[in-house]
Amino acid sequence: MPESDVIVGLAARISLVILLLSLALAFIRLVRGPDAADRIVALDLISVLIVAFLAAYSIYAGETSFLDVAIAYALIAFLGTVALSRYLMRSVDVVRKKPEHSREENE
Amino acid sequence: MLSEKNLSIVEKKMSEWMTAFLLISGSFFSFVAALGMLRLPDTLTRMHAATKAGTLGAGLILFAEAAFYQEIGITLRAAAAIVFLLLTAPVAAHLIGRAAYYSGIKLWKKTWIDQLKEVYSQARKRKELSRDQ
Repeated sequence: MPESDVIVGLAARISLVILLLSLALAFIRLVRGPDAADRIVALDLISVLIVAFLAAYSIYAGETSFLDVAIAYALIAFLGTVALSRYLMRSVDVVRKKPEHSREENE
Repeated sequence: MLSEKNLSIVEKKMSEWMTAFLLISGSFFSFVAALGMLRLPDTLTRMHAATKAGTLGAGLILFAEAAFYQEIGITLRAAAAIVFLLLTAPVAAHLIGRAAYYSGIKLWKKTWIDQLKEVYSQARKRKELSRDQ
């Protein structure tokens, strides 16, 4: 079916372009974000967008092994987001304490 | 015989159109998520846009992949990826939101309900009281 191949190919091309545009928008927020939490949120969205991009590219290229890449990337990105947010919480905790009080004295 | 052939052609065409529709709508929702990420005024509202619309967009595109190939292995892998996204997005959003609130982000100026404000000031007061004793 060459006609239907044209349909799916066109749709995949359009969706790849839109996904690239949204990656660019999320990257602007990653650069501009005034706080560290904004950057972590932008990184989370970028990882979800990359998973979507991998799935769309797998349809566009006719290569199914990109789906495995998408699953593995989603796993690693989740671990990265968790690690970054825990790091942010820990650094905030350290900053808030007064320097003359150590953690053992508070608890 | 002819009708079966026509039926298979129609089925294939329907799956192609469905794949195209799912691809376009998924990328549309991803674009909405990125636009909200850029335009919304606050870390928590940005997180709301990224988590919900982004997960919906990626899930729709993975579903388009399952509808395009129509093989059991691909469908299972796409379903696993969708379930994984649906499970991890709320956990990640909760962690980021808690870390952002603890780190003292500025809320939007029109936010008028902040129930955690009193809780955390009380908790801090209790801590200071125990520290004084």
